[in-house]
Amino acid sequence: MAIAEAAAGRGEAVRWRSVVRHRWPLRLMHWVNLLCMLALLGSGLQIFNAHPALYWGEASDFTAPLLSMQMQRDADGKGRGITRIGAYAFDTTGLFGVSARSGDGKNVVRGFPEWATIPSGRSLALGRRWHFFFAWLWVGNGICYLGWGLASGHLRRDLLVRRREWRALPAALRDHLRPRSFRPLDGYHPLQKLTYLGVLGILAPLAILTGLSMSPQLDGLLGGFIEAIGGRQSARSLHFFVMASFVTFIVAHVLMVVLSGPIVLMRSMLTGRVRVPVPAQERGDG
Amino acid sequence: MGEQARFAAARRRFLRWSLAGGAGLLSGCDASSRRSEVVNALSLAEPLNRRLQRFLAGDRRVREYPSRMISPVFKPNGSIDPRTPEYLALKQDQFRGYRLCLRGLVARPLDLSLEALRAMPLRTQITRHDCVEGWSVIGQWTGVPLAHLLRLARLRPGARHVVFHCFDDLLGDGGRYYESIDLDDAFHPQTIAAFMLNGQPLPVANGAPLRMRVERKLGYKQPKYVHTIEVVDSFAHLAGGRGGTWEDVEGYDWYGGI
Repeated sequence: MAIAEAAAGRGEAVRWRSVVRHRWPLRLMHWVNLLCMLALLGSGLQIFNAHPALYWGEASDFTAPLLSMQMQRDADGKGRGITRIGAYAFDTTGLFGVSARSGDGKNVVRGFPEWATIPSGRSLALGRRWHFFFAWLWVGNGICYLGWGLASGHLRRDLLVRRREWRALPAALRDHLRPRSFRPLDGYHPLQKLTYLGVLGILAPLAILTGLSMSPQLDGLLGGFIEAIGGRQSARSLHFFVMASFVTFIVAHVLMVVLSGPIVLMRSMLTGRVRVPVPAQERGDG
Repeated sequence: MGEQARFAAARRRFLRWSLAGGAGLLSGCDASSRRSEVVNALSLAEPLNRRLQRFLAGDRRVREYPSRMISPVFKPNGSIDPRTPEYLALKQDQFRGYRLCLRGLVARPLDLSLEALRAMPLRTQITRHDCVEGWSVIGQWTGVPLAHLLRLARLRPGARHVVFHCFDDLLGDGGRYYESIDLDDAFHPQTIAAFMLNGQPLPVANGAPLRMRVERKLGYKQPKYVHTIEVVDSFAHLAGGRGGTWEDVEGYDWYGGI
């Protein structure tokens, strides 16, 4: 970009060439990952809806959930969706606790609304089938990514945070908080690298471990880990918070794409190629 | 059109497409959920779950808890007050006429009263009960290890599964609740035919007079109100053929270990 601006400043025509930014295995795995995440999210919310409350500890203390989505009748006898987080209660009718069903549009009691769950109507059994199928696909895809990332040098070259980047991090953070237009850099921004590494190294393993910790079959195997995180119900709550973190990541990721050039970045993740200006010295006039 | 306006238009297009894509994906999921070949494909994960989890866990026992962790109320679910005539008759008589039958592919069928069961080697365990819905409660169970009963009855060649037949008509359609497990779970030391909860005779809501505890499974795999334990080579001929009431009716996975 700087090259293009400099060229424009000198009143020269900018010449462009197309280079590969993302190789095909990465692109394929990126979109498989998105498909899996959406399926896991929707089916996970379906499973959550079977008992829309979270607890801390080994067992459920039904009198003291961390979070719950319930129906409560108001003075007129109308059902309201009430979401409780600890001691705080919010009226979330239409979204959480009570929401409209498709077909007749009548309000029904359910945790997350139909548009957020897979399948949309209530079916714990099908939700579980979707969830476990895409969990396998997601983990398989993740293993492929790690293997490819190590073998191709992608992880080392593109994601490793370098020493100068660590030193420049406070400045990068300050810079990032200022409103400005975003521009795609040649490589990833150090904050972007840290975010991706956090998702890869913390969120994804936590999602898998807390998910498996809910399995009675694996209780004997994972007992130590389950105790360390507070118990089986804590594992379920953490699994939910990990989901919420993934959603936050995806929203931020899409927002960054939209802000920094959705066409260019979308094209680079679909076709792999981006256009870059040709440096002056290569054109023989520098 | 200026650069700015073009980008704004492109951005709007991008967002609209994303939203439409998301909505399309969801309705696609609904439509495909109704197709049996899709559900069968999704169900490929079940044998993978079973094999991997069994391989990882081996014959490890689930954790047992100190008595201070017992839940104040052991939340009952599913059938909580069976109204079938044979059950009501037994209940009226405080289950004095109750017999636990063990039959099928065994050399010596058994017919055991509650007194006979109490006189057997017993196991008491404080374990966590995980409902498929997501919640957990902890309770103390006392009963006879199923392995002991199966050894007394001596399995015949071909025995592969153990089916539990129950008194309750969960769906109100005249059928009776049933469930099945394989021999791996049947012989697990924590699998017991329990007749006491928290030191008291089993309450009706929790499965009186006798229920199964299959601790490595979710709640629906641990039937209440059990009257007959049948050893079979296959459960394909029973009811819906999927090995259990919830499996037949709702499509729950037979594995039920996660």
